[in-house]
Formats: sequence, C-alpha cells, structure tokens
Amino acid sequence: MSKKTLIPIGPYHPLQEEPELFKLYCDGEIVKDIKWETGYNHRGIEKLSESKTYEQIFFLVERICGICSNSHPFAFANAVEEIADIELTNRAKYIRTIIAELERIHSHLLWVGLAGHFLGYNTVFMWAWKYREPTLDLFEMISGNRNSYAMFKVGGVRRDIEEAKIPVIQKVLDDIKKKTDLLTGAVMDDPVIHARTKGVGILTKQDVIDYGAVGPTARASGLAIDVRKDDPYAAYPLVNWKVITAEAGDVFAKAQVRLLEMYESISIIEQCLDGLKKEKEGAIEVKVKEIPEGIGNGRAEAPRGEVFHFVQSDGSNSPVRHKIRAPSYVNIATFRKSCVGQTIADATISLAAVDPCYCCTERMAVAYDNSSGKKILNAKELIDLSILKTAEIKKTLSGRNE
Amino acid sequence: MGFKNYCFKKSLWVFHFGGASCNNCDIEILDCLTPRHDLERFGILLVGSIRHADVLLVNGSINMHDKERLIEVYNQAPKPILVIAIGACGCTGGFFTESYTFAGPVDKIIPVDAYVPGCPPKPEAIIAGIVKLLNK
Repeated sequence: MSKKTLIPIGPYHPLQEEPELFKLYCDGEIVKDIKWETGYNHRGIEKLSESKTYEQIFFLVERICGICSNSHPFAFANAVEEIADIELTNRAKYIRTIIAELERIHSHLLWVGLAGHFLGYNTVFMWAWKYREPTLDLFEMISGNRNSYAMFKVGGVRRDIEEAKIPVIQKVLDDIKKKTDLLTGAVMDDPVIHARTKGVGILTKQDVIDYGAVGPTARASGLAIDVRKDDPYAAYPLVNWKVITAEAGDVFAKAQVRLLEMYESISIIEQCLDGLKKEKEGAIEVKVKEIPEGIGNGRAEAPRGEVFHFVQSDGSNSPVRHKIRAPSYVNIATFRKSCVGQTIADATISLAAVDPCYCCTERMAVAYDNSSGKKILNAKELIDLSILKTAEIKKTLSGRNE
Repeated sequence: MGFKNYCFKKSLWVFHFGGASCNNCDIEILDCLTPRHDLERFGILLVGSIRHADVLLVNGSINMHDKERLIEVYNQAPKPILVIAIGACGCTGGFFTESYTFAGPVDKIIPVDAYVPGCPPKPEAIIAGIVKLLNK
C-alpha cells in the first residue's frame, strides 16, 4: 500500500559531469527501484565511423570518451591489426603501453577525487585533482595535448618518446608514487570514509557474473578478470605485474582496487621505459599498405574495464561495420543490485562507485516516425521482429529440405 | 557602465550544460575549479540550478534529444545571462556535424556571447575566454 516517491537525478545535475537521468523510486529514505534514461549523449559514432577512413577513425573513437580517450583507439587498433595481421615493433608496443597506463593513473585519480566529492569530502577531491595535473603535463609533453592524445595509428604510434623525455617521465612517476602513498593513507585510514563506504553498495561475486560486470567493478568482488592478462596485447606480456583484486565488493573495495592498481601502473610504465632505453634503434611503426577483407575483434582494458571493438572490412579504406561496446554499458546494469535497498544518501556513492562513463555507453538508437513523431520500434516490437525473422528463416530452410 | 556590465561585476555563478560531449571539456571545466587554476578565488562557482546562474557554459555537440532541453534551460535562466560555447563541438559541432543526431551548433539554438575553441580547450583558454568576455 505504500506510495513510492520518485527522486530524479539529472539529466543536468551538478553531481554529474555528463547528462543522464536516474529515477530513484523511494519509500521513505530507502531506494526501492532504479531506472536509467539515456540518449542525451548519443552522437552516432558507429555510423559516422563507416564514412571515415581508418586513419580518421582513430580521431573519432578517441572522442567517444575524453577520460579513457586512449582505450578506444587501442581496441580499434587491435581490431584492425587483427584483420591486417600486423606485428608491431617492440618500441611501438612499449609506447602504447606507457600511454595506456598513464591514462589509467589519471583516470583513477580523477575517480578518487569525484568519489571524495560525492561523499562530501572535498579535500580528497581537491588533492586528487591537484596530483592528477602532472600526469596531464606528461601527456602534453609527449603528445601535445592534455586529453586527446592522437598517438595511435594502424601499425604503430604517431610520436616517439625520445631518450631525453624518459628522465622527466621518471621524475613525475616518483612524485605521483609519493602522492599516491599520501592519498592511499588518507583514504584507507579515515574513519569517516570507512563509515561511509564499507558495506555500502555491495556486489557479490555472483552478481558480477550475472550482470557481466568488468574492470575494477568485477575485480573488487573477487573476480580476477583483466584483458591485459587474459588476452595480452601490446607490451603487457613483456612486463611483470599482477591483477589487483579485493573480496568485499563494496565501495571501499572498489576504491582500494583502484588505488592499488595505480602502483601497478607506475611499475608497468617504469619497466616499459627500461624497455625503451634498451631498444634505442627501432621503428615506431610498420608501414601498412592496405587493410584486407576480413573481420577483427579488438579488446583493451580501459580504466573502467574491457573495451570491445568489432570491425568488418571489405578491403576498401573504411570499415563496413564498426561495433563498439564500452565497459560502463555492463557496469551500469549492476546498479539494480548495488543501489536498491540503500538509503538515498548511499545510493549516490554506489552509483559513482563503478566509475560510470555515459558518453562511452551511448551506443543505441531509437527510430522515430517523422510525421507522427512516434517511436517506430520499441523493445517488444524489436523482439517480435526478431521472432518473425527466425520463423521466416525456419520456413525457407524447411522448404529447402523438402 | 551599462546594466549588463553592472550585473556581471562581482562573482559569477556558473551553470554547466554538457550536451552530447565526450567528457573532455567537462573535465577541463572542472579542472578550472581545482587547485592548479582555482577559479573559485575569484568567486566563480559551479551552481546546481540554472535559476541561480549568471553564466551558462555549453559544451559538446547538441543532439536532437538535447535541443529542447537546452532551450528550456535557457528560458529558465535569469536574464541577463552570458552564454559561452566551450570546445570545438560547442562552437561548430566539430567532428559530429555529419552525424544523424546532430541538431545544429549551439549558436543556432540559443544566442551565444563567447566561443572558446579547442579540443578540448585548455583551462587557461577557458579562463582567458571568460576574462575577455567580461572586459568587452
């Protein structure tokens, strides 16, 4: 008999950088149900990609998401290189890995800051964002831009990391390590943060498997999945590192996984820099004449989880189909497990805990009838269409058999 | 000093409207408020409601879903309001002008006072844009 109150978060809410709408159905303080509305960020990237050349698509997929703007080109490069069967030079592998791991550091610092902000802990927010700045300076030094690096191309990278830049990178890494110690200490020892995050937004291992969550969200629930280990690419097989996991599955465990992953990232970059020092003479790219006909699957571990790109080529200079799946797409679905039953105040941090990235996720389309303005296809109609097609295929197949 | 300039003499409160963006401009706007650049020392503050704002920052290409909401947000804003289009997508539509969801650059939808180009613009560029606008 109890009435539910609807509390909307968004679409243009100060809590979120990006436009999206959460509807929390509450009974008193307790969240009973959650619904998610999207479409504010849809740009039609998959379709745009079919009209661009392979060289241009790198700039396009980089602009899927600004925070993980390296993981999408990485996955796309892996997919195209699978089609063309290209083996990278060691130097290119190292440079790619360095960029990817630097990005992981800056993305995790960004998350720690925002999580602090959501908890009302603005000191952590300011600290984390202050310590994030040197990483962006490194990107500016290496690639010329703070956020979209444009480092990748088919068969290698666009810019080299010269010998002279290595000590600068090393110095910044040493600095970040110290600051991460400080931040980890502050977060791990603070009684208020413990009280706010422990036992909040719990995802069990079974939930993670059921919803197919990836990345730190899965690793914080004790599921050691990481594309870098499971399906190694670039220089990850050449360096030593371990997958960080935690067992609890709550917000605190997610913070712990992210903070500890930053140390692994720093160690990976240091090993890659050593690798670059050893391989002084080496090309940073292999020449690619053409992309043959074929199908390629590219995977890469973004800071938020697995990015998947599917590319189908017909031998021309642009793909005929390009499908993208970003990690947040599956991670956001776990909100139904982590937020329902929490109080409203805890729901916000549970929402933020998976580090959702909505601009990555907007990969859907709804067709509208121009004259009436009505939705042409909703989910039910799509399923009906699918059933109809299967029935038709069955009919033709059985006809052939007879 | 005109009425408009008088309104914008003291601390500016900013409302951020992220259209169909890639997040880059959004984090650079947030970056302006954090310790390296620290715009808050000039009283520039990000506010939660457009009804409290003096400045409307719009970034990202505007898709069909966003268009009516942007108009609604602009209509709700107390006038006079300064509108700043941030980033290549905000200024012209950038990479996404050919997209099927593109609903025109910001200045085709609402009047824009200043443009800050760049993909994404550096925080310094955003600050310079606001300063130039105020000295106009």
